[in-house]
Parts: sequence; C-alpha cells; structure tokens
Amino acid sequence: MNASGKVFKYGANVDTDVIIPARYLNTADPSELAKHCMEDIDATFVDRVSVGDIIVGGPNFGCGSSREHAPVAIKHSGISCVIAPSFARIFYRNAINMGLAILECAEAAEGIEDKDRVEVDFSTGVIHDLTNGKQFTAKPFPDFIRKIIEADGLVGYISGKIPECK
Amino acid sequence: MKMTMTQKILASHAGLDHVVPGQLIEAKLDLILGNDVTTPPAIDIFQKTCACGVFDRSKVALVPDHFTPNKDIKSAEHCKKIREFARDQKIENYFEVGDPKMGVEHVILPENGLVAPGDAIIGADSHTCTYGALGAFATGVGSTDLACAMATGQTWFRVPEAISFRLTGSFLPGVTGKDLILHIIGMIGVDGALYQSMEFSGPGVANLSMADRLTVCNMAIEAGGKNGIFPVDEQTIEYIKTFAPERYARGDYRIFEADEDAGYEKTIDIDLATVPLTVSFPHLPENTRVVGTFGEVKIDQVVIGSCTNGRLEDLRLAAEILSGQKVRKGVRCIILPGSQRVWKESLREGLLEIFADAGCIVSAPTCGPCLGGHMGILAEGERCVSTTNRNFVGRMGHPKSEVYLSGVPVAAASAVLGRIGAPSELSAEQ
Ligand code: SF4
Repeated sequence: MNASGKVFKYGANVDTDVIIPARYLNTADPSELAKHCMEDIDATFVDRVSVGDIIVGGPNFGCGSSREHAPVAIKHSGISCVIAPSFARIFYRNAINMGLAILECAEAAEGIEDKDRVEVDFSTGVIHDLTNGKQFTAKPFPDFIRKIIEADGLVGYISGKIPECK
Repeated sequence: MKMTMTQKILASHAGLDHVVPGQLIEAKLDLILGNDVTTPPAIDIFQKTCACGVFDRSKVALVPDHFTPNKDIKSAEHCKKIREFARDQKIENYFEVGDPKMGVEHVILPENGLVAPGDAIIGADSHTCTYGALGAFATGVGSTDLACAMATGQTWFRVPEAISFRLTGSFLPGVTGKDLILHIIGMIGVDGALYQSMEFSGPGVANLSMADRLTVCNMAIEAGGKNGIFPVDEQTIEYIKTFAPERYARGDYRIFEADEDAGYEKTIDIDLATVPLTVSFPHLPENTRVVGTFGEVKIDQVVIGSCTNGRLEDLRLAAEILSGQKVRKGVRCIILPGSQRVWKESLREGLLEIFADAGCIVSAPTCGPCLGGHMGILAEGERCVSTTNRNFVGRMGHPKSEVYLSGVPVAAASAVLGRIGAPSELSAEQ
C-alpha cells in the first residue's frame, strides 16, 4: 500500500474548524464535506487537489473538536495521506477509524516543501521526496492499522472480522 | 522493559509482554460505555458493521443521562432508539430513568460494580477517564469506536507516554480533590498532558478519598490527558468490596503497579498541603485563581453535582456548609445528586431537607446544566459557580454567560455569600 502525489503544506495547529468549518456540518455526506475541505485556510485547495495528493502539516494537526467529519472531508477530497510531526489525539483516532492514512514524522514535515512530489510506502514508513531527493522514515503502521486503512476504515475492517451469525 | 501502570494494563489486554509509548496495539475491553448523545449515531454505525449482536451483553453499558428525563422531542427520540436497541440486544447494563441504579454515567458505573482495578474501558464520552481512580485504564472515544467495540469487544490504542504526579502530605481542611485537579490544570495547561497518561503516586495518595480520586481522574481530559490513573491501595479494595462484591469475591480484578523509574516524560511533585482553594475563571479550566486573591465576583447561580462532584461525599460536604444557612437572595442554588442511589442516601441522611431549608432546589440525577442541556441554563451576562468540569464559552447556556469551576465547599459557601468565596468567610460574616 503506497501513496504518491503532490504536497499541500500547511503550518502548526491546523484545527478541525479550518479542515471543515462547522457551518457545513449539517451534512454527513462525504462528497459534500470534501467540497469545503480546508476552505478557511486555503480557498483554492479543492480546485487544485488531485487524487493521491498529500498534506504535510505542522505540529498538533487536527486539534479542536472530535468531529469525525474532518478526516472524512480530507480523505474524500482525494488526499491519500497526511504527514505531520504530531496529531491531536482525537483527530489521530478518527483519521484511522475513517481510513485516512496519517504519518507522524517531524523530519519529513520539515524537509518537504509545498508542491513537492512525494511517495510514501506505508509498510516500511519510507517517505521519499522526489523533488529534492530527500528520504525520511516514519514509524510504519502495524499490520492491523494498515488493514483498517485498506478496509476504508474501522467499520470495514471489523465487518470482515465478525464471526458468521449462527 | 520498564512500564507505567497504564502501559502494563494495555500490554496485558493486548496479549503482549510489553509495550512502548507510541506503539499501536489492539486490546480487548472489559467495558464499553455509551450515553444518550453518542449512542444513537453509534447504533446506526453498528448496524452497518453487519454484526449480529453485541459481543457480550454484560460488557456494554448504555446510560441515558444527558437530556433525561427527556427535555424535548429530539432527546426523547434519541433515548427511545437506545431503549429499543438495549432491549433487542438484551443489554444488561441499561439504566432507565427511575431505576435504582440509574444516574450520571461516570457516577453509576463505579457505584454499580462495573469497574474494577486492571480493567480496560472505553466510553463514547470524554470523561470516561474517571475510572482510573480505581486503577483501571479508561479513556474517551468517538461513536465509530463505540459501535465497533460493541460488535467486537476490542479496540485499538496508541500507547501513551506518561507524566508522573508524586503526591505527598495531606490537604488543609476544606481543600478537596477538585482543588487538586484544578491546581494541576492551572499549572500544566489544558494541553499540558496531551496524549499522555497522568499517573498519580506517592504517599499522599493514601490521604485522598475515593471520591477525591474519581474527581481528579474525571478531569484528566481537561489537561489533554488520555487517562488519569491511581495506584490500587486498601481504599480501592475497600471500595470494590462494597460496590463490586461479586467481582471482589471472584477475585475478578488485577492490580498493576508501575515500575520504578518507568520512563516518565516528566515528574511533578505536589505537596497536598500547598494546594489552595482553587477556582477556574471563564472560559478555560486552566484559568485558575486562588480563592481570596481576586476581587468580588457576584454570582447568579450555583450548581452542585455532575460526574465530577455529584457523589454522596460531595453532597455531605455541601450539606455541612449549607446547614442552618440561607442561599443569598437573588442566587439560585441547584443541587444534582449524581445518581438515584446518591439521591436516596441523601434523603435518608436528611441532606435533602437541609438543602431545601437553605433555599436550594434538588433535581433528579441528570447531567442537566453541566453541558447546557436543561435544568438550569444561564441567561446572557449571568455568572455561575459550578462543581462541573468545563467552563467553555456557552457551556451552561448563553455565549455571554460565565461559568466558574470550583470544589463543593467553595460552591456551597458562594451560594450563601452571593459571590465567590470560601467557607471560612461564612463564620466571619456571622
Ligand atoms: S455530568 Fe457533565 S461532564 Fe459529566 S457526563 Fe454529564 S455532561 Fe458530561
């Protein structure tokens, strides 16, 4: 399982309100949410993003409310992975539960520039910046987390694990 | 490999010999909790998982407590959905309004013997961390987590780093566990323990009652913590002997001890005798001030109750102060016993009469005003001293109202004084 795309780079403390403003929370439809992703911090994000692209953020990415809508909006905008030095606790949980890959790696968050092309190998944790040639290593996900993300989130993952009804 | 208490509990529930901070693990759970806010969406998600039923109907607890007795049609519909789910799934721990075991989730789970040392517990409520007081690992999660855990009995965790709080000494008279935790949050900030477990230890622990410990752990989340946890001692064992007699008799609990030098991120020493009567000013729990060091803050309302301070010990403290006193004219004092059991025991001990004579109103056990639900919402510009745990903008009503967090003695004294003050000021005034 890998990710490859161009980078959208943001600063520290990107909060759930800029990821998906509360005024759009009257829907839970992922594609509706995706239309407003990052709107208050980067109005052109939704026009520029293509499938597979990667967000690189600063420390405490995803701080704020516990809304599961935030990782859903990012994921459905086409983003394949978020890299940051650290994530807010509930965002971290929700991202994995919603099937959005996230990697903690301070060196990568620092060394990668906006618009660089980057490849990520989730099984090894290797992050390769093709634009400047630098390579970084995040801690790879354990197997079951990779499976959750591959199954499109926790619901998909456990659906495969529930024993047949008798 | 040195481990903290939390890390040991997580390792054992993941079937591992050891874990390290940052590690992602899958762990078996002993109890899974949902309330009337978080359970309805979880039921929808649960149905999508194709589970034929909950993994173990004795290990799921569903507590309608936030907007109950239902305050409006929407909350009635939510509770109906939970009630039907609980009935269809034959959930053993469903707590209907009026049930002798009912009340606010974090008050009733320990009281009904559903928590024991060494347990791993998740709840779709951020204050699930309360149960760390009994030497259990407990943390708050979202509705998707709740749904999936109800189906599988497991969840995943990132193993947390830890801060060690070493307690010595004992409180000065009138100081409570609430002052301790507010004092700590004032010291380290609302993100001071972000992602970490807050592990308490030291000789001072023995001087904290179980009620104090429950209050302290309850607010670990207010410092950003993943969980708070106390070592298991005689008091803990006494507590489960009383409230979880069957589990005690079966030996169905496990005592984990932190390794000495378990690799804490940092250690903070606190002499309990130095903890002052503390109040958190609006609008963050970290805005703490010492009672007596600020000018006159007039108040309109006092709330005594919640999962933080709605236990019998809290009501006894309140009654001690309010006995023979009168709530100041122009102030409403609302008392919410945390559970039906607390309510009934308060009745038996004559506490309810003391409250009524002092001019307080006693409500049914509910979260009520704590989250701005009902039973005591604030108007624009009103100020409330509250024994609850959050004083965010608009938490108890109008966005321009103000909540000041305190322990029970300060809240009760303030009701009489009509301004924020200490119990010692009551005798001075007479
Ligand atoms: S009493 Fe307040 S903090 Fe506790 S569970 Fe209820 S709403 Fe939440």
